[in-house]
Amino acid sequence: MKSNRRRFLTLSLAAVSTLASSALWPLRVLAAAARPEDAFTAKTLDEVYKALGGKPTPSKDIEFKTPDIAENGAVVPISVTSKLPNTEQIMVLIEKNPNPLASIFSISEGMAPKISTRVKVAQTGQLVAVVKAGGKLYSTSSETKVTLGGCGG
Amino acid sequence: MAGKMRIRATLKDGVTVVKVLMAHPMETGLRKGPDGKLVPAHHITDVTATLNDKPVMQAYWGGAVSQNPFIEFEINGGAAGDKLVVSWKDNLGESQAEEVTLK
Repeated sequence: MKSNRRRFLTLSLAAVSTLASSALWPLRVLAAAARPEDAFTAKTLDEVYKALGGKPTPSKDIEFKTPDIAENGAVVPISVTSKLPNTEQIMVLIEKNPNPLASIFSISEGMAPKISTRVKVAQTGQLVAVVKAGGKLYSTSSETKVTLGGCGG
Repeated sequence: MAGKMRIRATLKDGVTVVKVLMAHPMETGLRKGPDGKLVPAHHITDVTATLNDKPVMQAYWGGAVSQNPFIEFEINGGAAGDKLVVSWKDNLGESQAEEVTLK
């Protein structure tokens, strides 16, 4: 009787650890990184890169759509599509904002490596899309002119 | 803050296009209110989307995402009857979640 119970427990433990390590468990991929507070409070692009682990390499495989001119800096629509293989994260940085890092999107295997959203742009300057792919950082930037600044100051 | 989150998920050619409109002031903490004092930071910090309870998208946000955030993303696959839940949490401890069933 005792040995049956022991066998059962051993088998179920093996089953759970197999499931957990297989690609069927995307929870693992997304649970990876905790919120990088210092990246969000960094005040310059370079400080953000330092907090994220290094300066990204410019890449032509990131499609970054931003308006040339934003009438209202409080609501600027942008979209990022990454053509880099093994895209893990898409991040949006706004150079001249008091805190350049706006968002970090973690891309699971079940999701297309693209995101569209709206951000605040304080003043005319560079917007940077940073993609983490295969553990490395890549970026592309685009300038947006702002007629009415987005931080409400 | 309490407005409703609106989710539109459309199945198209084996892909589910998800559009979400959230209701949130997204105060950066850097804006001066009508009384001349800084309006305290109040913005969404974490966003999660799950499909049938499996996380499919996760995001960390700062205050620079626009007020009443809009996001659009695509899930590979998805079928009628699948449950999509989008939830957020903000820096003051508030949170909201909304669920839709794919048609």
